Amino acid sequence: MSASASERLSPLHAVHVAAGASFTDFAGWQMPVRYTSDLAEHHAVRTAAGIFDLSHMAEIAVRGTGAAAALDYALAGRLSALAIGQAKYSLLLTPDGGIVDDVVVYRLADDDFLVVANASNRGAAVQELTDRAVAFDARVVDESDATALIAVQGPGSRGILDRVTALDAGTPLAELRYYRVTSARFADRPVLIARTGYTGEDGFELYVPVDVAESLWTAIVQAGAGSGLVPAGLASRDTLRLEAGMPLYGSELGRDIFPAQAGLGRVVNLAKDTDFVGRHASENGPDAVARVLVGLASEGRRAGRAGYPVYASGDTEAVMEALEGAVDPAGIVTSGALSPTLGHPIAMAYVDPAVARPGTTVYIDVRGTRIPATVVPLPFYTRAS
Amino acid sequence: MTDYPDTLRYAAEHEWIAAEPPFRVGITRYAADALGDVVYIDPPAVGTTVTAGSAFGEIESTKSVSDLYAPATGVVTEINEAAVADPSIVNDDPYGSGWLYVLEVSEPAPTLSAEEYQALVDAKP
Repeated sequence: MSASASERLSPLHAVHVAAGASFTDFAGWQMPVRYTSDLAEHHAVRTAAGIFDLSHMAEIAVRGTGAAAALDYALAGRLSALAIGQAKYSLLLTPDGGIVDDVVVYRLADDDFLVVANASNRGAAVQELTDRAVAFDARVVDESDATALIAVQGPGSRGILDRVTALDAGTPLAELRYYRVTSARFADRPVLIARTGYTGEDGFELYVPVDVAESLWTAIVQAGAGSGLVPAGLASRDTLRLEAGMPLYGSELGRDIFPAQAGLGRVVNLAKDTDFVGRHASENGPDAVARVLVGLASEGRRAGRAGYPVYASGDTEAVMEALEGAVDPAGIVTSGALSPTLGHPIAMAYVDPAVARPGTTVYIDVRGTRIPATVVPLPFYTRAS
Repeated sequence: MTDYPDTLRYAAEHEWIAAEPPFRVGITRYAADALGDVVYIDPPAVGTTVTAGSAFGEIESTKSVSDLYAPATGVVTEINEAAVADPSIVNDDPYGSGWLYVLEVSEPAPTLSAEEYQALVDAKP
């Protein structure tokens, strides 16, 4: 990747530099990968709170009297059924039933929706939504450049946001339910506060005009100073979402993956009484031998990583070849790490249906060593409610 | 504290080696910071003959896996069991308690001074 491709900077970049962040290229953006320690940031989110800059993500407005109908056609879910102030996880499918992107949709008014897409898919999501809305009375506007996104995640997040006195929430945060959104004001500017996230903890995501992003970030950090709030980077975000069993586009999701393979069959609403892109292919579904996404848990400290093969047998290649010829892998790891919360290695992998049942033992080829792993239900981690 | 003590010699692959026996080997502050939190170390086993510049052993952080490169040719005589048991000491003290193994050097390889190594990492983007 050329240097110029990774020169997009968050409106919060100066804050991160001042906080001593290390940066990584993510979808062409220079984003904080960690501030001090991935593990400390991970544990802070599980036990107190973390604040994340997600300004690289794409915010796409869909507005107009036909916006709900347009989204029903463009996405796999029935977005017209959303109440005002409600959020929904959905999928933008290819005509062949694969996944262009996974998105969260917020209904802000009868005729006003916000679609939040992955940074890496911003162009594709804007293009597909625009193309698919053509026949409807709906306008698609990419508002990403004007919008910063700050996430506050962890059990302490509500108390911290309640102490940001300059943040005037429309609905008291204690009454804002999970997957709901409320409009708010900060420094006389409009802010959206959603009770959503990607960590497996309680938490909030705040969509804010870029010109007040820095002052809001600073106000939250100050409000959280006595509560264990730390700035957290993308490294901890990845281990948090992995423990929570949440797929990442590009790792678990892609254009060649059917939602049903990823355990997201329920997101595709085949009961919807209108047509949508990918419907026909989704009705036929993946074929019966298509690999499916599973959780793998193992012992020790060596984690399976993206791209490592998964085998049904622990015998070495040489033994198997002598017995019955070369043996193909039964799957491939898509994400993996030594789980900071659980203390043992975890991974997500696409495996053959024959070895996908929970309790099945498979073997991850960790750079030449076959490490036994047990198929387990996702998520690996669920917070105490 | 300097990031790169003058008392050590450095390899371009971001290992350090003691200037005199016993020749302890570890990873540099630069490598420790770039890896993030180290969660697993697999140093070459005692008795292994390693060749300068070749990969022997691995080090894993939450985010990545890296090979360990031998900074000289020789035989491994000891590994740091404390660091294997608690890899976080590699981040906390890469030149002290976070050493990885001891090498009985049979053939030294060209290494960098602290100043030369500093210049090498400064030249990185």
